[in-house]
Amino acid sequence: MVRLINSPIGTQEVVESVRTPESGGIDVFIGTTRNQSRGRGVSALEYEAYEPMALKIMELIEREACDRWPLQRVSIVHRLGRVEVGEASIVIAVSSAHRKEAFEACRFLIDRLKQDVPIWKREYLADGTVEWSGEHRERVPLTKREE
Amino acid sequence: MKIRVRLFSVAKELAGFSEREIEMPDSSQARDVLRMLDGVDHCFGDWSKAFRLAVNQEYVSESHPLKTGDEVAVIPPVSGG
Repeated sequence: MVRLINSPIGTQEVVESVRTPESGGIDVFIGTTRNQSRGRGVSALEYEAYEPMALKIMELIEREACDRWPLQRVSIVHRLGRVEVGEASIVIAVSSAHRKEAFEACRFLIDRLKQDVPIWKREYLADGTVEWSGEHRERVPLTKREE
Repeated sequence: MKIRVRLFSVAKELAGFSEREIEMPDSSQARDVLRMLDGVDHCFGDWSKAFRLAVNQEYVSESHPLKTGDEVAVIPPVSGG
């Protein structure tokens, strides 16, 4: 299951969505708003997405994880709009028969999401300034992703 | 041919709009839309090197050929999670 929502994420609900009788473990990643960014105070983050494409790529990386590891279920829920310090912006839950696969897949999913899913965060800094996040990096080769 | 362009995050801010229908010459490629939006004043500056392009919600190469009705999105470095 992949979802973009505009309200606080119900973490327990996401965990329950991957629970199966065959699961030996559920690994959960919760990304939260930190009160600092590059040494500056942060009061909140605001996320925007290219929603149809973000959902497509979230589904794609979910399939990639399921092809790589024997998983039971995967859920990825990303919150959009303003997210206050300490609140969750993303919850990923993965169930598998054995913990190793669940840990590995969960890490893979958050890493891939951060690379490719078209979601952007704006930082509301404590000093009142507002900045788009995303360091300036070399342009990556514009190769089409394999389905 | 008519192309719908969509801009997000810093690209939207620099261009000053988020969505628009534009007219492009036939046999245009994805990179031509970016050049057109960048304009004579190079509103994207150094950022344009970091932008990726998507056509109809899929990442494409700069030389991806466009057809009428395509939706071209300018994707600045993503920062979800």
